[in-house]
Parts: sequence; C-alpha cells; structure tokens
Amino acid sequence: MSELNIRETMKQLMEASGVSGYEQGIASLLKEAFSHFTNDVRTDKLGNLIARVEGEGAGPRPSVLLAAHIDEIGLMVTKIEKGGFIRVTNIGGVDPRTQVAQEVVVHGRDGDYIGIFGSMPPHLTSMEERGKAAPLADLFIDIAMPEDMVRDKVRIGDTVTIRRTPFELKNDRISGKALDNRASVAAVLECLAELKRLKVGVDVLAVGTVQEERGRVGAGPVAYGLQPDIAIAIDVTFGDMPGAPDDSSFPLDGGPTILVGPNSHRRITADLEATAKQLNIPYELEYTQADSGTDAFALQVQRGGIPTSLVSIPLRYMHTSVETVCYRDIERAGKLLAHYIAGINREYVEGLSCYLKD
Amino acid sequence: MLLKRLTEAMGPSGYEDEIRQVIYEEIRQYADRVYTDSMGNLIAEKDGTRPGPKVLLCAHMDEVSVMITHIDNNGLLQFRHIGGIDDRILLSKPVMIGEKRIPGVIGSKPPHHQKPDERKNPVGLSQLRIDIGAKSREDALKYVKPGDVAVFATEYEEIGHRRAKSKSFDDRVGCAVMVETIKKQFDVPVVFGFAVQEEIGLRGAGPLAYRTNPDISLVLEGTLAADLPGAAPHGYATELGKGPALSIMDGSSIHNREFLAHMKSVAEQNEIPYQIRNTTAGGNDAGRIHLSREGVLSGVVSVPTRYIHAPAQLISLDDYENTILLVEKFLRSVEQGGLGQ
Repeated sequence: MSELNIRETMKQLMEASGVSGYEQGIASLLKEAFSHFTNDVRTDKLGNLIARVEGEGAGPRPSVLLAAHIDEIGLMVTKIEKGGFIRVTNIGGVDPRTQVAQEVVVHGRDGDYIGIFGSMPPHLTSMEERGKAAPLADLFIDIAMPEDMVRDKVRIGDTVTIRRTPFELKNDRISGKALDNRASVAAVLECLAELKRLKVGVDVLAVGTVQEERGRVGAGPVAYGLQPDIAIAIDVTFGDMPGAPDDSSFPLDGGPTILVGPNSHRRITADLEATAKQLNIPYELEYTQADSGTDAFALQVQRGGIPTSLVSIPLRYMHTSVETVCYRDIERAGKLLAHYIAGINREYVEGLSCYLKD
Repeated sequence: MLLKRLTEAMGPSGYEDEIRQVIYEEIRQYADRVYTDSMGNLIAEKDGTRPGPKVLLCAHMDEVSVMITHIDNNGLLQFRHIGGIDDRILLSKPVMIGEKRIPGVIGSKPPHHQKPDERKNPVGLSQLRIDIGAKSREDALKYVKPGDVAVFATEYEEIGHRRAKSKSFDDRVGCAVMVETIKKQFDVPVVFGFAVQEEIGLRGAGPLAYRTNPDISLVLEGTLAADLPGAAPHGYATELGKGPALSIMDGSSIHNREFLAHMKSVAEQNEIPYQIRNTTAGGNDAGRIHLSREGVLSGVVSVPTRYIHAPAQLISLDDYENTILLVEKFLRSVEQGGLGQ
C-alpha cells in the first residue's frame, strides 16, 4: 500500500461533488484513498462507506468508529424555464446571496454541465432593486445551451453544486467548497496514516457517513451496524471572523476543538485534552449545551449507548464556496485522534460505563 | 487561444499593464507603428496604400475590478470598486490580487449565524472583506498593500453550445475582434486604439481620438445582454446568438443615423445577422470619440454579453465571429468609398 498524499486527496474530494443522498461519486473517490490503509472497505445499505483497519495483536480488540460525513450542501433542479434557464431548491443550508454569479455544475443524466447563476447587469438595475437580496427561487442557472438541448440533458431532480477549484491561501490555509466536511475526511486519513506508524491494538472503523447535512441520516444506522466501543465524530466548527460569536468560534491554526458538553462522554473529552497536552498540540474547547449539530448526536444513542465525542476543525465562511481552513489543524486533529486511540484498551472501554463510587 | 489569453490577463482601470503587454505581443508584427501615450492607451497604426479616410477602431482594455483600501488588524482586507459593480455579486468569490496574483476569497457569514431576516438584505461593501489567509495586518502586509488592485479569478472556458465564459468579455471581446482585424490588409489607413479607463468614465478614449485624429471611428464593445428570466422582452437590450448589436442611442451618445444605416446595409449585403441594441442604458468610448476635436463620424458594434460586470460573463462564439466578419466588411466598404465620402 503506497503512501497517500492526503492534502492533494482532500483537494480532489473538495472539487468532486456529493450532495446529500448523492454520495456515490465521492464515496468511490474516498474508497480509493482508504485502500492505502486496508482492503476491507464496503458500503452499507444507506451508502455509508466503511473502512475497517485492523489493529495489531490478538483479538478481540476494542473498536473505535471515526465518523466524518462525506455529503455536502447543494441544490436540486426544480424547473426548466422558457429559454432553458434552470430553477433550483436547496439541499442543506444554503444562503442564496452566496449563489449569485457563481459558476455551477449541473449533474445531468448523461454528464456534467457547466453553468452560471445569472445576474442582471448593474446598468439595468435600479438602486431600489440593489437594496434587496433575491430568494433562491428567484435565481436561475444558465448552462449556455438552447432550451431544447437543456431539456434533453437536464431533468427535474438533478443535483447542482458550485464549481470551485480549491485555492491555497497564505499560512497553510486552503479555501474552496465542501471543506465541510472533506476537511474532516482528510483528518481521518491523517489519523490512519499516523496509526500505521504507531501500530496500535485497536480496530478502527473509518466511516464516511451520508446525508449529515439533511439531519445526520447516515451516522445512526452505521453505528448501530458496527457496534463500536467508542465513536468519535469529526466535523468542522466555526472559524473566527468578524461578526462570529466569541464563545463559539475558533481561530484558524489554533488547533482542533474538542467538544465539552452532554453530547460528549466526559472521560473522552478529558482524555483527548490530556493527549493534546502531552503531544503539545494546540487545541480549543468547544462548549455545547445539548446537540452538537453533528453526527456525534446520532452516534451517542445507538443500541445501548456508545461513548462518543467530537473533534472539529475550525472553518471560516461555513456553507459557502470559499470555506477556509488551515491544513495544520487537520494534521493536528489526525495526530490527536491517533494518539488518543493508541491509549485505548479493553479496561479503558469498560471504565467508560463506570459512574459509581464505592 | 486568443480569447483565453486576453480575458485572463489583468487590467483594472488605470492598471492595464498586463493586458496591454499581452495585446502588444499579439499585434506588434502586424502594425506599421505601435506606441503608447501618457495615459497608457495602446495605439497601433497600419498605413494602408491610400491617404484616407483614416478609420479608428477602438476597444477598451480595462475591466471592472476592486482596489484594496485598508488592512484590518486581523489581516482581512477592505476594498472598493473600480468601475460599476453590484455588491450582491461579490459574496463567496475568489479573487487575484496584484501582479503576483495573490489568491484571496471574499468571505461570507455562515447561514447558521444569520438572523431570519438577514438574508433579505444584501451584504454591503463596508461589511465585505478579502481573506488571503493572513494572520494579522503585519502578516498581510508581507503580501499585499493598500492600493493593490484585484480581479475575479475566473478562467476562460467554452461551455454549453457555442458559448464561452470569462471574467472580462467587457471589453476583451472587443480587443480580440481588433486583434483578428489587424491581421488583415486594408487599403485605407486604420488605427487600432486599445483604450484605458473606460469603466470609470470613458477616460482614455478622448485623448486617444485627439492624438490619432481619425475621419471615421468604430467602437467595439461587449455590451449588456439581459435576455433573462424576469426581464420583459423589450428590456433585453440584446440577445445572445442573434448577431452583433448596433447602437441607436445610449447614455453617452445618440449615434449617427447615417452610420447606423450604413452598418445595417453592410450586414445585409454580406448576410451577417445583426440586432439593434434595445436600451438607452450604458455608455461607451464612442461618447468621447464622436466629440473629439471638431467631431468624428462614429458608430458602435457590440458583442452581446450576459452577466456583464460579474465574475462569469457569457458570450456566443457565433456573435463573436460574426462581429469579426462585420468589422472586416465595414472596412472593405470604406475602402470602396462607402459612408458618404
């Protein structure tokens, strides 16, 4: 199994598309990346991609599920207008204001077609109009073809994604679409690469979950099926930027965040933190009072309950096509997860269910 | 490919250095003289075999863009427009800053942090920032400085059916028509004027026309096409694929009626499709040229361009090719003594 360039893999995953419910393409790309770590890769009934990386030594070994969702927010065709212009609705949380004047890819029946979200020229726009932001239903996509060709190639229900080549910014930062959550997929790959070096006695179930953006659809069933001893979701969290709330946004290049709150097993939170300190990995604590808004919320309550936590990558401009992360934070998250996993044994797992004092 | 080279070059108004050099290299071997003036206009002259009439073809090199005006302590960049931009097209777009093309992105607040009514209101320029990945003002100053200019990071590509998109068909498509035309031989003297600073008020064309002193002038533009949902057909201005657009009137000129009639008959005689630009909005360098010195007989031919002044502009390649053909036939008609000589 050859060395995988994870940074480049992440960029390929970002540029590819996988709107919630339509993750097959992205799953097959990720399968190829997983194949550098294991031959045991499969897909479950919902489309979750599961890679089983066996640990060292005799079984049964404790198992840890790492869940990073592979779907992304996007759009779906609702109507083809006279002239061949395409109307869309959203899949997941999309701010229509960020869609105006973007290049898009319409994923048609037999191929992908490049389009542009249209805009009226300023020469013909009144000042009053410029004071209003159009709702998504008023926007339209132009795929630069006559109407009959559009009708032949595009159907109601086809998905649409923003077309964006990832950008390298200064200070190891990368910008583009779908870093939510391909940044976390990269963190899982970084973790697997580190585990290969560490040789641990733990089975790792690296999972690309589906339909997180539609309400964490994939994570529950996959955890139910795999019955891991511990589950850790990896997702993105809000990067600091002007206007972001101080108590729930985090600096880029300040390290991953570790969840504090009822959605995280308190011992795992503490041990992740201790691991980070031990390794001199910078980190931040993310305080969440109930639902973390991630796969972790679904993972925690499968079967008889699964000790769960969440590690997140700070990301600016979430749910836009210029999402931005610092790649060092991804490497740090991978390293943190790997070294935490290295400390897990049967006794540790059992201890996670012990709450009483004698 | 010519359209790719021309549209991907940088050329904010007043900062046309890169596009000017690109055009210079395209045309130098075809001209008798190539020179620049103090404003930065690029002028190429072909003498022909007769003294006159002298025809000026003119397209502008500059494009709508932005200028960095301030660097916040957190390393994010404030900016303002150079030329007319609707702020609503700016959110979540990549840009390239300065000669070194430093990549940056115009960020946008996550929907998760927006109040319910927030999406009804556009985000104004004062709230927008470019993020180059800098950690602080000091860090940002290593790569950019206030006064640097930036353009949209859009690639030229042919898409769909016989169409192409780029960041700057307004007016690189006019520049491209001129580059194709300068390769041809004409008996009459022809001046190819590549103007600066059109987008901030037709600043370059006046001095250009004064210096070159033409008898006849034809301006080549990428003009607005609003054949889009939500627009009434009489408000389309122009439509893609229906041929080069001829102007009657716009914000800068009431165009010469004889010139218009002549262009129509040239198109009809040569079976070149054309359309009438059906709006009075916008303006172009003809507004300055026709008032140069004691007045110049002037007209405009435009390639219809959708999403003008936005990051991804769209033209029909058929319209582009028909415009090249129409310009050639127009110059042949002048050779043959047309246009009231």
